[in-house]
Amino acid sequence: MSASEATAPRRRVRRKRSSGLQRKQTRLAWLMLTPALLVVAFVAFYPLGQTIYQSFTDQQFLAFEPTKWVGLANYRRLIHDDAFRHSITVTVKFTLITVSFEFVLGLIIALVVNSSFKGRGVMRAVMLVPWAIPTVVSAQMWKWMYDPIFGPIDDAGVRLHILSHPVAWIAQSNTALWAVSAVDIWKTTPFVALLLLAGLQVIPHDLYEAAGVDGASKLHQFWRITLPLLRPAILVALIFRTLDALRVFDIFYVFFGSRSDTQTMSIVAQNTIVTEGNVGYGAAISVAIFLIIGIFVVIYTTFLRVQEQ
Amino acid sequence: MGLTGALALVVSLAIAGAGSAGTAEPSTPAAVKPPPVAGAAAIKAKYGGQSITFVGDGAVGNSHVRDQNLVAQFSKQTGIKIKLVPHPADSSAAYSQLARNFSAHSSSIDVMMMDVVWPGAFAPYLVNLKPALGQQAKLHAAGIVLNDTVKGKLVAMPWFGDFGILYYRTDLLKKYGYSKPPTSWAQLGAMAKKIQDGEKASNPSFVGYVYQGNAYEGLTCDSLEWLASSGGGQFIDNGKVTINNPKAAAILNLQRSWVGNIVPSAVTTYQEEDARNAFDSGNAAFMRNWPYAYSASQTTPVKGKFAVTVLPHTGKSPSVGTVGGWQLGVSKYSKHVGAATEFVRWMTSPAVERYDAIFNANVPTIPAVATIPAVVKANPYLIPSIAKVTRVTRPARYLGPHYAQGSQDIYQGINQILNGKSAQSVLPTIASELNKLVKP
Repeated sequence: MSASEATAPRRRVRRKRSSGLQRKQTRLAWLMLTPALLVVAFVAFYPLGQTIYQSFTDQQFLAFEPTKWVGLANYRRLIHDDAFRHSITVTVKFTLITVSFEFVLGLIIALVVNSSFKGRGVMRAVMLVPWAIPTVVSAQMWKWMYDPIFGPIDDAGVRLHILSHPVAWIAQSNTALWAVSAVDIWKTTPFVALLLLAGLQVIPHDLYEAAGVDGASKLHQFWRITLPLLRPAILVALIFRTLDALRVFDIFYVFFGSRSDTQTMSIVAQNTIVTEGNVGYGAAISVAIFLIIGIFVVIYTTFLRVQEQ
Repeated sequence: MGLTGALALVVSLAIAGAGSAGTAEPSTPAAVKPPPVAGAAAIKAKYGGQSITFVGDGAVGNSHVRDQNLVAQFSKQTGIKIKLVPHPADSSAAYSQLARNFSAHSSSIDVMMMDVVWPGAFAPYLVNLKPALGQQAKLHAAGIVLNDTVKGKLVAMPWFGDFGILYYRTDLLKKYGYSKPPTSWAQLGAMAKKIQDGEKASNPSFVGYVYQGNAYEGLTCDSLEWLASSGGGQFIDNGKVTINNPKAAAILNLQRSWVGNIVPSAVTTYQEEDARNAFDSGNAAFMRNWPYAYSASQTTPVKGKFAVTVLPHTGKSPSVGTVGGWQLGVSKYSKHVGAATEFVRWMTSPAVERYDAIFNANVPTIPAVATIPAVVKANPYLIPSIAKVTRVTRPARYLGPHYAQGSQDIYQGINQILNGKSAQSVLPTIASELNKLVKP
């Protein structure tokens, strides 16, 4: 989106001068893009359209009666659905906690592994380990580590006199969200660090040299050179992470099952469609999730546009 | 670990079997052979040459070999050809495979294996086996037969199925002066408290009692045992939603009062393996679990320090165990109902259940088979009281295709109770949700 904004004036100029050759090239480009676009249409737009259509029906999974069109009935029910409303709060809280921690920690790690020191290559590979473990596996591993009866975290806490008694981190509702967020931060910070590292590496080194000659302090250089030039990478990282966090399912499902006070939006959708077999209403929930995620994307891109000017 | 443990068990059983070679009863998987088919000649005369398809257990492991052996034996003796098709390993995939087949009125499946919570949903598509197999059904545990009887029709036959039992630490009971495991819930509470108070001094992680309290299917099973063993009904009885009653509320409030005291508050996140980890690490005095934990726990620090018994009860109500297991049914769209029924008759006979219990360590649904010495040797937890315990089943036959949703209403509600809400405030909500799902 930033790219189209930036290149818009140039394109207008180019269009005036467009020659036969350019037109031919444009046509060729479209021709070569067509298969990819068809695939995208098939795997993205078709299911999306199908879901929107289903959200206006009473379709049941494995029903023996025919499906009926019910208009806005599913959406009217959705507005009064406390479980779904609560899941929005849980999911948004989780998103805000994890994305902010992942961004700050990821930036620090990226800056560290971007500086030159011995063993940097090894460090860059090692930091990716948490990201490489499948989420369901690491979630189960952490669930057991958190356990107050046989988990090492409480055991160490009690032995070192940090905790007076073992704490049920996951079961208690006041620590549950923080416990699950910590695992997500542990797992996904490397991913943010990797994206930011890529951004850092394209910043020309001579900018820092010039700033150094002009007497700018390291901190000054960070605020005036690193951060502004890193902005595209930061936005990519934030958008990726926010969308992922808003769709979170696996960690919560392993930790809490279908516990009612910790359901995320995706868990509500999954339970409605698969467990209850209520495809129509589940589709309405899915559309709502799609719109909520859409709101976040709009916020980010607007933020980007303001910054560009 | 699990595999080596299983191997060790198999080897030790093989040695035990060899040691007692004088006795005629083979009790090892290798020694036991599929039994002969009773009345094979008559079946052959009537149905010989027909072909049927049997959707059996998953494609991996001993269960599939068991199916292959049994199918080969039956075909050889009766001349009925059987195409054996393993079902998908994932239970919900197996469910939808059958559902698709039934809604297409397809004759491509004749006999199928069904989870204990499916007959309610599939009843309209299944043959009533009562005329042919009603007599034989009387041999099986009454609770499971009731589960497989939908609107007066016996739509499936029990095949094998385990149920919840109580694990306890024999060394700790002795240490604190108890000669017997608890028989009532109140006793369990008192014993768990005394043991926990004593052990906590040296081990701050120690707890009295663990079970499956996560908001998932396992909690429906556990809470059914609490209610049914305390006069609180079975969620839905005779088609009426009964979950909201004073005795149910009393036992649920008792269980809630234990959480954070003799039961760790983490129990509200526990599934089977979490509970087993707590027990196997030596940090719990009592555990409710399925029989699989008996052999699984033999390779852990509590090996030799624990035993099993039936779950506790309240007052005059019996001890119970919630059944998880499998049934056999015959499709209404089958072109060979007669041959298929004969196959089910043999498969659910005492002889085949005995073979399966030894060959594959499955719990027989026929209590008399569960007490055969060779079967007990292969399944050492099958002490007489456990083999005879009353088996209860989840309310699937009343909820039909809505079972999963009804069960979700139950386990989410009970999980809220364990997390601190009073039973009186949650049970009416569960009851009204269930009422919406129960078909008259």
